Amino acid sequence: MTAAFVAGADAPTEVPLKRRLKRAERARQFKALALVLPLLLFLLFTFLGPIAGMLWHSVEDWEVPKTLPHTVAALSDWNGKDLPDEKAFAALAGDLQAARAAGTVAIASKRLNYTINGFRTILASTARNLKTAPEPGTAKDTLIAINPAWGDRATWAAIKSASGPLTSFYLLGAVDLTRNVDGAIVAAPAEQAIYRDVFARTFTISFGVTALCLILGFPVAYLLANLPAGRSNLLMIFVLLPFWTSLLVRTCAWIVLLQSEGVVNDSLRWLGVIDEPLRLIYNRFGVYVAMTHVLLPFMILPLYSTMKAISPAYMRAAASLGASPVTAFRRIYLPQTLPGVGAGSLLVFILAIGYYITPALVGGAADQMISYFIAFYTTETVNWGLASALGAVLLLATLLLAVVYGKLVHGQQVTGGMKN
Amino acid sequence: MMDGGMVGTAQALVRFVGVQKTYDGEHLVVKNLDLDIRKGEFVTLLGPSGSGKTTTLMMLAGFEVPTQGEIYLADRPIKNMPPHKRDIGMVFQNYALFPHLTIEENVAFPLTVRGTAKAEVQERVRNALRMIKLENLAHRRPGQLSGGQQQRVALARALVFNPQLVLMDEPLGALDKRLREHMQLEIKQLHEQMGITVVYVTHDQGEALTMSDRIAVFNDGIVQQIDKPDALYEQPVNSFVANFIGENNVLSGTVENIEQGFCRVALTSGGSVVAQAVNVEGPGAATALSVRPERIVIVPDDASTGGASTDLANRLPATVQDTIYLGDHALAVLKVAGNGEFMVKLPPGAHAGLGHGQAVTIAFRPEDCRALDPV
Repeated sequence: MTAAFVAGADAPTEVPLKRRLKRAERARQFKALALVLPLLLFLLFTFLGPIAGMLWHSVEDWEVPKTLPHTVAALSDWNGKDLPDEKAFAALAGDLQAARAAGTVAIASKRLNYTINGFRTILASTARNLKTAPEPGTAKDTLIAINPAWGDRATWAAIKSASGPLTSFYLLGAVDLTRNVDGAIVAAPAEQAIYRDVFARTFTISFGVTALCLILGFPVAYLLANLPAGRSNLLMIFVLLPFWTSLLVRTCAWIVLLQSEGVVNDSLRWLGVIDEPLRLIYNRFGVYVAMTHVLLPFMILPLYSTMKAISPAYMRAAASLGASPVTAFRRIYLPQTLPGVGAGSLLVFILAIGYYITPALVGGAADQMISYFIAFYTTETVNWGLASALGAVLLLATLLLAVVYGKLVHGQQVTGGMKN
Repeated sequence: MMDGGMVGTAQALVRFVGVQKTYDGEHLVVKNLDLDIRKGEFVTLLGPSGSGKTTTLMMLAGFEVPTQGEIYLADRPIKNMPPHKRDIGMVFQNYALFPHLTIEENVAFPLTVRGTAKAEVQERVRNALRMIKLENLAHRRPGQLSGGQQQRVALARALVFNPQLVLMDEPLGALDKRLREHMQLEIKQLHEQMGITVVYVTHDQGEALTMSDRIAVFNDGIVQQIDKPDALYEQPVNSFVANFIGENNVLSGTVENIEQGFCRVALTSGGSVVAQAVNVEGPGAATALSVRPERIVIVPDDASTGGASTDLANRLPATVQDTIYLGDHALAVLKVAGNGEFMVKLPPGAHAGLGHGQAVTIAFRPEDCRALDPV
């Protein structure tokens, strides 16, 4: 009886336990997947897709190969040291005539104009003056006669560098680098080199806003976590009320308050503190004030939740063991708030480096952050390559911070520091 | 009844003098507390929740300020001294080990905040960890330790700086029964070895009886009695203490007369007994009699003439309700003089002979029956 039972129990072990577990879990996994599928699809189309597209835009180079296909083919074996041979000139002449007929010269000239300012004129004039196809063997002379720029190696290097299908032109441009005639990476000319400054400005403003939020938010979060429930709830409403108001409304409210004829200046003048209105807006000061106000809840809430979890018994224990209030705060309370400080700071910083509307409305020309330039290239000049490249650099910075944040949070869980 | 709390000023380490405390300005949580604690003594503040025992401890630690009165520590008034200057070690209910510091750093904390030299800190921390047998866990964090281990660390941390007084606020409340009993003995041993003065708060009377030199029973903001454990149990001065400490049988009645410390009490349900007059106002006053279960015997009905038990002067008829077998002993639940929960501790093997509804006679000595204030 016992033997038969044991034998019966042994038989199914031919299927490994691991696989049986997997089989048993499968139905549950499918159910879980089905639950998140709608959101997953939504994110795929509205978030991951556009981001992938944007990253692709920052490296793809399609205009020139599409408009001047024969020229691109003829330049493929050009050594880049001397002028290209007659074959390339003939191919360009043919391509230009075809492009003129198809009305696509502007596409290539827009792209080539990014590399050499004025290329649009060279290409347009050449296409216009090229009445008939040049006699075989005379293409070179004909083109140089129409525009001497064709006798310049740099003109051809520009076409070759834009011949796709992938390019590092935009990404290099986003960090103020470019390639010279020989294809080596060099610093961009001074008048075009603005993005490092803009990134530096973006990070400076974001860092400043984060620091201000921390300085202003820490005491508020402490109060919230330590006041009796009634007053703490009231204070929490004051913290959350702006949070529930539209970003645009809050930013515009600051314009009303801070402008030359605004509430603040009028009050100060009425009080006789100042004669001339202070410049409080459309400068860096206005940006700091408005952004700090908008982002403050993102600092206070993580700090609050961390502080709420710190038992008052710790401070009492520290005092009973001989620590003065300052020592107890520094050695016992502050270290335990660090996860909240980290979470809040990274959250505020990551949100701040992507800020667009607030600096655009309350900042001056020298206070615009990187998002402003991304918007400018996307909607104004339709230079999607550069806009995408700037976005890619920003995305990279954000991802790096997110990784740091993840490490920080994860590290806390491993040590069990949040427990107790 | 506060007399037991007063000792000579010279040997008292802690003195509460006329201390009152109110939080809302209407109700006194602690009413007129006078309490002396001698050096080297283990004193337990015992009482139900809300009785003022924790408030008293917090005032001593410095986390609450007395509304009136003064507290002296080694003859210095400390009412307005901040907690960190009092040199009092404290063990909290939930240990309050600093979660971001290792065990070693936790124990070193009271030394480092006092600026003790590094070598000495190391030496004393090592000794403290050896004392609680947790040397091998020095580099763990509190979250990785069991409750009992955390409790031992909290103890080491409160003792490592040789404070003149150690306070413990229900330190064993979160542990399971077996571990709690083990830790009680361990704390008791530490107290005896190191000669420290301990003020211990608990609501567990068994814990208080096991560990204390003296116990202060709190109720309603007042110390009801402060005495040695056996005295509290054997000679409670009022009904609250009699009921709070151990099992107690209550019979209510009226005092008929008082003579040489004994009184005759007419029970409400008829019959009369002789009891020690402990806390009665005089003839005609209501009283509650207190008799411990182990001081009562069940006697045969015809034993009224038995020569051996002549000092069992009090005899009352009873009806058996139930018997409870508890391993090392058994209890009979009787109905006596209208009280249906009258407990009698039975000698080994005696419970088998008692059945529900059986009429028996109980007997006890007048010395074992105390006439206290009516409940």
